[in-house]
Amino acid sequence: MTTDINPTQFASLPDADGRFGIYGGKFVAETLMSSLAELEALYRKLAGDPEFQRELDEDLAHYVGRPSPLYEARRWSDRVGGARIFLKREDLNHTGAHKVNNTVGQALLAKHMGKRRVIAETGAGQHGVATATIAARLGLECHVFMGEEDVRRQSLNVYRMKLLGATVVPVTSGSRTLKDAMNEAMRDWVTNVDDTFYIIGTVAGPHPYPMLVRDFQCVIGREARAQSLAQTGRLPDALVACVGGGSNAIGLFHPFLEDQSVAMYGVEAGGHGVATGEHAAPLTAGTPGILHGNRTYLMQDEDGQIMHTHSVSAGLDYPGVGPEHSWLKDVGRVSYVTINDDEALAAFHDLTRTEGIMPALETAHALAYAGKLAATLSPQQTIIVNLSGRGDKDILTVAEIDGIDV
Amino acid sequence: MSKIAGRFELLARQGRKALVPYIVAGDPGLDSTVPLMHALVAAGADIIELGVPFSDPMSEGPVIQKAHERALAAGARLRDVLTMVGTFRERDTETPVLLMGYANPVEHMGYARFADEAVAVGLDGLLTVDIPPEEVAGLNAELHRVGMDNIFLVAPTTPAARIQSIAGQASGFIYYVALKGVTGAGHLDAEDVAQHLALIREFTALPLAVGFGIKDADSARRVGAKADGVVIGSALVDAIDKALAAGAGHDEILRVASELVASIRAGLDSIAS
Repeated sequence: MTTDINPTQFASLPDADGRFGIYGGKFVAETLMSSLAELEALYRKLAGDPEFQRELDEDLAHYVGRPSPLYEARRWSDRVGGARIFLKREDLNHTGAHKVNNTVGQALLAKHMGKRRVIAETGAGQHGVATATIAARLGLECHVFMGEEDVRRQSLNVYRMKLLGATVVPVTSGSRTLKDAMNEAMRDWVTNVDDTFYIIGTVAGPHPYPMLVRDFQCVIGREARAQSLAQTGRLPDALVACVGGGSNAIGLFHPFLEDQSVAMYGVEAGGHGVATGEHAAPLTAGTPGILHGNRTYLMQDEDGQIMHTHSVSAGLDYPGVGPEHSWLKDVGRVSYVTINDDEALAAFHDLTRTEGIMPALETAHALAYAGKLAATLSPQQTIIVNLSGRGDKDILTVAEIDGIDV
Repeated sequence: MSKIAGRFELLARQGRKALVPYIVAGDPGLDSTVPLMHALVAAGADIIELGVPFSDPMSEGPVIQKAHERALAAGARLRDVLTMVGTFRERDTETPVLLMGYANPVEHMGYARFADEAVAVGLDGLLTVDIPPEEVAGLNAELHRVGMDNIFLVAPTTPAARIQSIAGQASGFIYYVALKGVTGAGHLDAEDVAQHLALIREFTALPLAVGFGIKDADSARRVGAKADGVVIGSALVDAIDKALAAGAGHDEILRVASELVASIRAGLDSIAS
């Protein structure tokens, strides 16, 4: 259903109802509707408030450590051949991933709303760690919901959150992964809506979350765009980022949406291969539906039940995706592709060995695709990969797969 | 007049309150539901509310979540639920039946197809927890086309202006969610409920039923005194759950469910009209 869209409109959504075309919206229980309205009103006010922007910029500079470098991975580029590959080093942020850009922003909103308690869902644990971190700094009570399966495979991050003073709540319902953690966070929010701010970690959920999380993550793309111009004298030819819910991808892509020469690739988790059905690639193999507050592409069966997903990376193991990605797919502005578990693992090892940079397994999906893409381009062309997180949290998973007892 | 509206009107003339038991369709098995529906009617139910099993029941507490998982494991899907309503109608053409569920199974079937199939089997109403008034236009148009009621929730957090807008779109009755939380939570405040019901009545003449947190005859009586009806969900599903855990068979489950509903019926009927 590709439609002709005026390129100046790519960055203009969501509309007043929180929709990106047919996607997005506010599909939540009535109890939460007034809280969403309150959040939206506050956000619209603060987004235009220079004092709030100054506060946010200060946190990003002195607490998160921005700007993050745009680093040319020369050895790895030589190894894969073709285009020059640059890495946007979000792994160098405080807490080791892009997630903190958003938690710093939402925590400021929570502070302005006078909420004393924050909750979050987490898959790989990066968003949970980023939330626990900012909660520690602001003295807020913090509860992080995490699928029991993810608690097991991301035990290092679980312990980090506990050290930071957060309560980690293992979720034992459904598939015991990120989607179930989000269900449980929604249940907590509806119960404690008066004093609790729900810090959603990705560009999904009910409006205004997909909009405000995107806005907080756009610092990635704004910096990358300026850095590309400064370091190479031109815009990149392509952007590549992994897509679970899609926050690091939208953060990189959005500031480039109106640059028509820049191609964009969102990389979903192909798991054991899309053909096996064991994957987490709703944009590639799903259909539109409603889950977690928004209409978007979902992995669902013929009765509209949400399907179990599989990915080696906990952070991509999610059956839905942010609604703006669904819209960008339909209008054809971004290409969505998949990388399987084994390809991602190979890229994890490759980058580690050639550049001394250990990427998160989520990020390794983007790297694997960038490697393939680079080989089809010329040495005059450039690719920016969002190096969305560092891989320390994944070493036990990688060791287990490689049959090594750490 | 819809069957749901007609039932509330009849009850009002009799000075009685509507008792609306909720069970999850297909819990514990596909064959359990229709006999259970008839048993609930015999025990004093006025309207049957059937939960549509969903993989991600975000507004449910642990008891009803488990029931959704049991029903899904038994293979119950939206089309099976509609078949159950049709089978129920073979022996009971009077008792209104409504479905309560989540947006995606209905969205996936398609609003028009759902409306056509639902009205064909004799369904009277639909309540989708996660479709608020802002998102309901397309669904409402189809439900109204076939003369089916769309039941809306009003919550303790709903401000007056929203109540007014919800009242403008609702039909059948309005479902007041008695507490902030998921189904089966335990902090029901009858006084607070009464105040909210009074506020809602400023905007609508529709009957008001109260659900979430009503556990027994006593809480039903206290809430029912100010409402036109009560929904009993988690307590009933929990009774079924406990009976199953104790190894109960089909007849024993019917007996346990009927006993609970009959006791709540007695509690509601003890309210002086």
